Amino acid sequence: MDFLGIIQILDSALRLATPLLFACLAGLFSERAGIFDIGLEGKILASAFLSAAFAFYTGNVWLGLLAGIVASLMLSAIHGLASITFRGNQLISGVAINFLASGITVVVGEAWFGLGGRTPSLMGGARFAEITLPFADAIRGMPVIGPIYSDLLSGHSILVYFGLLCVPLTWWVLYRTRFGLRLRAVGENPAAVDTAGVSVVGLRYAAVMICGVLCGFAGAYLATALSAGFVKEMSAGRGFIALAALIFAKWRPWYALGATFLFGLLDAFGNRYQSLDLFGVDIPTQFMQALPYILTVVILAGFVGRAIPPRAGGKPYVKER
Amino acid sequence: MTDSVMPKWADVALVPFINLALALFVSGIVVALIGKDPFEALYILVNGSVGSAYGWGYTLFYTTNFIFTGLGVAVAFHARLFNIGGEGQAALGGLGVALVLLYVPWPHWTIAMLAASVGAAFFGAAWAAIPAYLQATRGSHIVITTIMFNFIASALMVYLLSRVLLVPGAGGSPETARFAEAVHLPSAYEIAPWLGFSRSTPLNVSFFLAIAACIFVWLLIWRTRLGYEIRAFGHSEPAALYAGISPTRITMVSMLLSGGLIGLMAVNAVMGEAERLVIDPVQGAGFVGIAVALMGRSHPVGVFLAALLFGALYQGGGELTFEVNGMTREIILVIQALVILFTGALDNMVRSPIENLFATTRRRPASPEPTTPLEPGGHPERGKAEP
Repeated sequence: MDFLGIIQILDSALRLATPLLFACLAGLFSERAGIFDIGLEGKILASAFLSAAFAFYTGNVWLGLLAGIVASLMLSAIHGLASITFRGNQLISGVAINFLASGITVVVGEAWFGLGGRTPSLMGGARFAEITLPFADAIRGMPVIGPIYSDLLSGHSILVYFGLLCVPLTWWVLYRTRFGLRLRAVGENPAAVDTAGVSVVGLRYAAVMICGVLCGFAGAYLATALSAGFVKEMSAGRGFIALAALIFAKWRPWYALGATFLFGLLDAFGNRYQSLDLFGVDIPTQFMQALPYILTVVILAGFVGRAIPPRAGGKPYVKER
Repeated sequence: MTDSVMPKWADVALVPFINLALALFVSGIVVALIGKDPFEALYILVNGSVGSAYGWGYTLFYTTNFIFTGLGVAVAFHARLFNIGGEGQAALGGLGVALVLLYVPWPHWTIAMLAASVGAAFFGAAWAAIPAYLQATRGSHIVITTIMFNFIASALMVYLLSRVLLVPGAGGSPETARFAEAVHLPSAYEIAPWLGFSRSTPLNVSFFLAIAACIFVWLLIWRTRLGYEIRAFGHSEPAALYAGISPTRITMVSMLLSGGLIGLMAVNAVMGEAERLVIDPVQGAGFVGIAVALMGRSHPVGVFLAALLFGALYQGGGELTFEVNGMTREIILVIQALVILFTGALDNMVRSPIENLFATTRRRPASPEPTTPLEPGGHPERGKAEP
């Protein structure tokens, strides 16, 4: 593989990692506040559908993005209602949300467009255009730096850059603001937060809603930037890979960037090579596809660095008995 | 749940019924919102699933699948373990069935079915074993690991079917060779043609295996020492530990049982229907098992009834696609999601008002003071009910 080949793979990895990154940060907010969310997948799917549908009807991708976020937020509200207000099982709620999304997107999609659950292809202003960074054309000819800047960093949709920006933003919110401190505390010891006079319910709803917004970005990116329109089940397990990345990153923002990029890279490799010949051993593409999940299990098993989730994660908070 | 103020019938019948009614009601709204007639849809659903012998043949075939997966999830629920890995375990069960039937020349279907059941249960249990072991000894969250194992299983099956078990000249679709004619399971048409089943009905003798599995689970959970230990562990891990019950052992055993039961689904789907191993023989049945176990309150009788309901929904949903223009079978997924949501996650929303209702009607004649302290994790509203 030559240098340009590597650049192409990395470029593809960056595109594929972006929805994972959004979803991973979404899960990070939710789980840091003590709400497990295995419904990331469903929220991505719902957002992908509604953003594509609205972008198609209005011809404006920004309205599509907004609709996608609204779709994701609605599912977040259900999750919040079930797991915060009614203190139900958060895992079961997540499972239900995934099914709800994969059912309702096809049912409504078929009713609106009659294309077997697809939306029509998006064109022009209904998609996020690729942005050329300043001077990208001017320095393309330079060795090494030229291709890295012009081909790898430049030429992505605005959501890719926003996703990258979300990483320091998340870090700043979580570790440098009062809200972030409380949010992390509510995931570790909600009783302490409650004693301090801060609303556990309010904080957890806030976290779940932030999670919804970020999943909305992930879905909209998938349908209106990465591809041109919605297809049935287009999230294709990305919500679960994001969950895996979140564990891989041990619930920390910068590591989330690393983990999602790694999983994006695996995806890019799998797309490019049907099988990979590594040191004389033929590695099937299915192994590459399964690798994120295998790595996550290994991490979870604690053989390579232990992943310890937020302590109050998954437990509904009961104020008094 | 046992110390509920509700009478038992309300817990096992009324609450699930209200949950189902809510799920159907909301799905009806969805159908109405996309401009279709919900009552017509419901009629087609019911008529398509249980209105003819043809429909029953498919309904009971799906029911058989869902009984196995529902029982598997239910056994894990009793140990308070959430086995979400049914898809993977059932797929591996299919692999077990295929290996047993492809590489051994069985003389008769009865022996073959026995061997295939062992193979299916063994492979299903094996696929549940690693997450179970990691949960029991390393504390890895079983929900996450079983989800991961679903994806690993799916990749593994694609690999095996497209590279290893693929028959030459299968026309490009990754599938194994057809099983021998001798191991063909008698279908409902061959057993009882007078009932009017069509020749192509997928319903087969595995249905009886599913009923046997229900009885087995009932005996196991409520009539054996192991079942007692599983339930005790599920109710309170510290208490079980104090009573000398090993958490590692119970976690392992209940997950192995769970995976094994789910794996048995393949006897019906792979050996009974497809008669070869194809890509994704499970078709979501592993996930339906979650809804079935929740709705059936983890009791074999409940699981049977809930599996029948979902079997009818899956068959009727297929009919909807043909009968109503612009309607797809995915409406079933919506109903399934809502059932899971209302029975599993929003249970308190339905339960609390009913409990309060029973509490007020019951306390009206005399107002007995609550003598027992509320259990931890109980509903705070319960103690506050007006005397």
